[in-house]
Amino acid sequence: MKKTTLLIAGFLAAAVVAAVPASAAEQVKPPRESWSFAGPFGTFDRAQLQRGFKVYREVCASCHGLSRVAFRNLSEPGGPEFTEGQVKALAAEYQIQDGPNDSGDMFERPGRPADHFPSPFPNENAARAANGGAYPPDFSLLAKARTYERGFPLFIVDAIPFFEYAEHGVDYIHALLTGYREAPAGTNLQPGQYWNEYMPGHAIAMPPPLSDGQVEYPKDEAGNPVVPETIDQYSRDVSAFMMWAAEPHLEARKAMGFKVIIFLIVFAALLYFTKKKIWARAHAEEAHG
Amino acid sequence: MSGHSTYVPKSAVAKWFESRLPLVGLVHSSFVAYPTPRNLNYFWTFGAILSFMLVAQIVTGIVLVMHYTPHATLAFSSIEHIMRDVNYGWLLRYLHANGASMFFIAVYIHIFRGLYYGSYKAPREILWILGVIIFLLMMATAFMGYVLPWGQMSFWGATVITNLFSALPIVGEPIVTWLWGGYSVDNPTLNRFFSLHYLLPFMIVGVVALHIWALHVVGQNNPAGLDVKNLKKDTVPFTPYATIKDFFAVICFFVFFAWFVFYIPNYLGHADNYIEANPAVTPAHIVPEWYFLPFYAILRAIPDKLAGVIAMFAAIAVLAFLPWLDTSRVRSATYRPLYKQLFWVFVLCCIGLGYLGAKPPEGGYVIASRVLTAYYFLHFIVILPILGLIEKPRAMPGSIAEDVLRKHGGAPVGLASGASAEPNSKG
Repeated sequence: MKKTTLLIAGFLAAAVVAAVPASAAEQVKPPRESWSFAGPFGTFDRAQLQRGFKVYREVCASCHGLSRVAFRNLSEPGGPEFTEGQVKALAAEYQIQDGPNDSGDMFERPGRPADHFPSPFPNENAARAANGGAYPPDFSLLAKARTYERGFPLFIVDAIPFFEYAEHGVDYIHALLTGYREAPAGTNLQPGQYWNEYMPGHAIAMPPPLSDGQVEYPKDEAGNPVVPETIDQYSRDVSAFMMWAAEPHLEARKAMGFKVIIFLIVFAALLYFTKKKIWARAHAEEAHG
Repeated sequence: MSGHSTYVPKSAVAKWFESRLPLVGLVHSSFVAYPTPRNLNYFWTFGAILSFMLVAQIVTGIVLVMHYTPHATLAFSSIEHIMRDVNYGWLLRYLHANGASMFFIAVYIHIFRGLYYGSYKAPREILWILGVIIFLLMMATAFMGYVLPWGQMSFWGATVITNLFSALPIVGEPIVTWLWGGYSVDNPTLNRFFSLHYLLPFMIVGVVALHIWALHVVGQNNPAGLDVKNLKKDTVPFTPYATIKDFFAVICFFVFFAWFVFYIPNYLGHADNYIEANPAVTPAHIVPEWYFLPFYAILRAIPDKLAGVIAMFAAIAVLAFLPWLDTSRVRSATYRPLYKQLFWVFVLCCIGLGYLGAKPPEGGYVIASRVLTAYYFLHFIVILPILGLIEKPRAMPGSIAEDVLRKHGGAPVGLASGASAEPNSKG
């Protein structure tokens, strides 16, 4: 019988395994980067978030919104942690539509920390019209709204403590920003499309947004930038910034998680010994009753 | 088996109350004096774990509703408001979203426990069927709950699943229009799903009460699958024995739960659901939540839409007939050498279906889904009825007490005292 069972199990397993190579058009897997915010003790690198914000503001913001983030968030703990003064000054550089006023008219006023980032286009149609039909997505949630398939068995490993992996989205974004290549011969790209190694289907409407030296980074005493002013570094920094924008309470979550899990483990241990003591009575009775 | 309450009110107030409403006596007989078999293993703690999860889901859900807006244009933003601006809103939402998955992990372990130890057999048929009803209610609740954030997967999941009813002849289309409250999934759909998502958990509470009531009439099954013969030798009182063991198991389960909530909160979700619902853009792969995947695989395995829908519902409905499909009189797989092996084959079959449910319905995946779907039904409709007739069970211990002794290697059971005689005293 054991043989029969094994045969059935083997047959069912073979049916599943045989199915696997059927998946043809697979997305190119982005390389796995190391992020300061990964892992149980992960925290954002403030300087990196501030640089990432600079990249966003000087490059991406002309097309991509950040509508779910308020200026005040930039000075809150666990984020880029700009000073309140910096945030006030920054917000004032934006014009925000407000109103209606007493005469019933909408008007523009300088931004305040409580305002959200104004979007670059008034609506999706305007955005598409300005971008050759493509819609540049809002940045607020993109780091959580993008991912790539890990496949079996890696997707199981991703959930296991000490091997866990939750940075699919940022890895994908970093890979995408650095993934522009010459289209391989024979590729049929529409006008206004670019070839990107990591974009599903490889055709992307966004022109390569970054170039080396494009954004000026903070300098050290010798006058050299603290980190290289390269596409790779810009991508890294703006991806980290996008992770924060998508998950602004990530640090608080991980810090609380550690305390909660330690508490639960200690509590479980105490309960285990209590349980043992109580059940000793029942076991004693079994043995000597 | 639950017997009459042994509770004796002591104070005058308690006596006055008990003679008018014997509530304390009911609780006492159900959760204190209630005799539980001595040989239960940790798989029997999942009832308590599920009770805790149900309460946790209701509590986090009620608080979330205080901040959520059920409107097609505002729902997605209100979820982000919860995640960003509500104090500990991220915690509430991740607890609730992952809590649903934990609920299903626990219920699947609970169900497979029942399958392995034959907990559905006489006299526990009603208990088992109530469990199947709870499972169905849970699925409906989870499905509607997943629609509420109004992300892309919410919207398209709702569209695909509600569209299944259109497979019904003649009444199909009108039913779908009626479910939607219009001609597509839109604001009326979201509103009614929200209403039902709030209602169904309380219906689950009601059926859980019946489930526990039925349990306390027929008593718990146990790993040996034997009936309780001698209350003193075979059982211990629920409190403190089962109470402390369940409590310990619940906290261990919470460690597992916390890992997901705090470190991989989006692992069990879909990235697409962080994109607001857009009827004009269909996601590349529309995939239901993981706990629906085996049934989704069965649905897609059948080439005909109506037959697929019927097969999917039949895959759950067949469970309700299990007490009569399994012809073996032996409950526990421990003493059923053939069933024990085929049980694990069935577990693998379900996991395989789950894997295939997440894959696109093309090429080899479809063939594999068909093979596994066929086996799923074969297990219930052919294997179980025949197995009971041809299988030769192993020798069973004479009683639960003997089963315990076998494991602990103690002396033969004499007269029991202590634990069973004095439920509440300290040892």
